[in-house]
Amino acid sequence: MSTDRIEKKILLKAPLARVWRAISDSQEFGTWFGMKLEGPFTPGATMRGVIVPTKVNAEVAAAQKQFEGKKIEITIERMEPERLISFRWHPHAVEPGVDYSREPTTLIVFALEQTPDGVMLTVTESGFDQIPLARRAQAFQANDQGWGMVVKLVGDYLVQAP
Amino acid sequence: MSRRRSSSAFQAKDSASLFAALGDETRLRMVLRLGGREPMSIARLTEGSKITRQAITKHLRIMEQAGLVRGHWHGRERLWQLEPSRFKDASHYLDLISRQWDEALGRLRKFVED
Repeated sequence: MSTDRIEKKILLKAPLARVWRAISDSQEFGTWFGMKLEGPFTPGATMRGVIVPTKVNAEVAAAQKQFEGKKIEITIERMEPERLISFRWHPHAVEPGVDYSREPTTLIVFALEQTPDGVMLTVTESGFDQIPLARRAQAFQANDQGWGMVVKLVGDYLVQAP
Repeated sequence: MSRRRSSSAFQAKDSASLFAALGDETRLRMVLRLGGREPMSIARLTEGSKITRQAITKHLRIMEQAGLVRGHWHGRERLWQLEPSRFKDASHYLDLISRQWDEALGRLRKFVED
């Protein structure tokens, strides 16, 4: 397994134009992701925003509540209509009082492909190998459901192990 | 020392000891202090905190057993540093981010399909 990169694929049963708007319009993006961004996405532009609880899922919104108001900075790299948008940010930059601005960023790419069954969205986030060790260690306590979730995961691993 | 990990059962126990070692506020703070810096002596690790040297030593021993830190002798004192491979091995950071993406994309699906 790569330590540098995450890739996700999801088939969306919606028109290509609709999916494109949801990922390229900063207000729409913020609505499902759970952030409030100022201004439109523009290649080369660095935009600031804050985490706000998502409006799409009440349970997730409750989990995001603890990060409400945390600042987010996104630098848009490329935009190719109905095909691709890429940007950089500081992953999981939610630790209070930490200035992440001098740290390396990760690159996030949303790529769309029309298929007979719908729109295949592939999301990749890469560059984790450059993220300082201390940040990675923080993630141990950072997951939004807290330690209960982590303990449960370990329990699951143990049960599955032969 | 052999660090071969052949069975997933062993890996799972290994993960559990890692979580146990990090599931403590003091030890997590120690990891953060040790992170990305030079090796530190117990005296330096104790600086500015209310925790005694004895307590820090005990925490270091637990972390050493979990393979999170290693110490080497420098003159009469031991200097401690993080075991970077432990964090590279540990995919938990990526798991966290990965889970967040799963949730985010689930919300996107609901947003565009509804």
